[in-house]
Amino acid sequence: MLLIPCPWCGPRPENEFRYGGQAHLARPEDPAAVDDAAWGDYLYTRDNPKGRHAERWRHLHGCGRFFNCIRDTVTDRIAGTYKPAEAPPI
Amino acid sequence: MAHLSKFSFLSLLRHGAGKAWSRQWRDAQPKAAYDVIIVGAGGHGLATAYYLAAEHGVRNVAVLDKGWLGGGNTGRNTTIIRSNYLRPESAALYEHALKLWEGLSRTLNYNVMYSPRGVLKLAHTHHEVQVEKRHIYANRLQGIDNEWLTPAEAAAFCPVLDVGERSRHPILGAALQRRGGVARHDAVAWAYARAASAYGVDIIQNCAVTAVTRDVSGAVTGVETTRGPIGAVRIGVAAAGHTSVVMAMAGVRMPLESFPLQALVSEPVKPVLPCVVMSNNVHAYVSQSDKGELVIGGGTDAYTSYSQAGGLYVSCETLAAILEMFPSFRRLRMLRNWGGIVDTTPDRSPIVGTTPVTGLYVNCGWGTGGFKATPGSGHVFAATIARDAPHPLAAPFSLDRFATGRLIDEAAAAAVAH
Repeated sequence: MLLIPCPWCGPRPENEFRYGGQAHLARPEDPAAVDDAAWGDYLYTRDNPKGRHAERWRHLHGCGRFFNCIRDTVTDRIAGTYKPAEAPPI
Repeated sequence: MAHLSKFSFLSLLRHGAGKAWSRQWRDAQPKAAYDVIIVGAGGHGLATAYYLAAEHGVRNVAVLDKGWLGGGNTGRNTTIIRSNYLRPESAALYEHALKLWEGLSRTLNYNVMYSPRGVLKLAHTHHEVQVEKRHIYANRLQGIDNEWLTPAEAAAFCPVLDVGERSRHPILGAALQRRGGVARHDAVAWAYARAASAYGVDIIQNCAVTAVTRDVSGAVTGVETTRGPIGAVRIGVAAAGHTSVVMAMAGVRMPLESFPLQALVSEPVKPVLPCVVMSNNVHAYVSQSDKGELVIGGGTDAYTSYSQAGGLYVSCETLAAILEMFPSFRRLRMLRNWGGIVDTTPDRSPIVGTTPVTGLYVNCGWGTGGFKATPGSGHVFAATIARDAPHPLAAPFSLDRFATGRLIDEAAAAAVAH
């Protein structure tokens, strides 16, 4: 089980959290202005990298807040977490 | 088929009398170029190579794998086979596979131990009863066997089930696909490898693809590997959990996320479970191998990962769910648990077809349930590569459905127990 450092609550076990997928996906400003490929890209395409991954988590059974996390998808080691408005630490 | 050695009653007698068995396939060295390269020597990749050779006359084929043949999800799954999917596109594709399973041992002259012992899918709530009955009616319209059993009928079919009203998850009924069952996963990889190798296909192990090379027009020209460059104007990617990584080498981003999916086996015991039992509600599925081990699977881990491990608590939850259904399994010890990396799509349906890159084809997104599709997947993917156009059964599963919006939503069929 991962030990995830919530930026507000500190380290807590993984089963207090809900995974939220890739972080920093930007919704097109005007969805009607983009074509189907770009919209499909936004909805469905993911980096799915082998290595460093910026991802969202929600401390569902804690403070309830969303935050971002840098994790290595090979070792599952967490390099750090940060609040939604902040830039990645590493 | 020009086999190295054909299996028959006579050959069994001869080898039983002391004649040594020969190698079943060639461990090939890479040549400079091939007509087709398949990336990934799992069941899907090997089946693709076999059907390219057997049905399309394309025999100058290499199957590359970064590890050993069948060492990824082919050797890590829980071997369940069924075709009772909801949508007509899926049902047609999985039924195509099931029909191939039924004759596969004979076709490949190798016993893949396909055992149609029945797949029983339990319903614990009224919602599940409705969903399962909807599946049954949809399947009947599609000509696929699937039938409803009352709790008493389910208990008669699978006596170890606790259908008592006092159970924590009461069984209100079950959907049964009698033609569903299991097969020996390793044997499937070996059988396709042996049959493909006999046609001249090169199976090249410990040969990781590190780059996809392309010409000025953008068309593929081959791959760079840890064993040197290999040329090919057609490349089929069947790399399961690593598909995003391989496709990124060709500049194609995929609608995929890779998750660990864990499984366990118990110590072997005498026959106790005559069929496959699945329950989406308690998040677990179980069957008994011919060796006597209970083969148990559950849901994926929550987060994307390539670690092939996953959290132990996920397996513990799966076991807790199994024990709710089968209290008599309480004293069994678990021998092993492990994880595989499954590539899941947003609609829980696979992607099989052409890509925006000329000469590059992809077969992925089978998620948590790819094993059952192995023969059908290889069959339609081979046709897609050979004709440079999607096989009719593969056409709905195109990559561009994520732009057109024509998704094939199998989340209900596949969310947990694919």
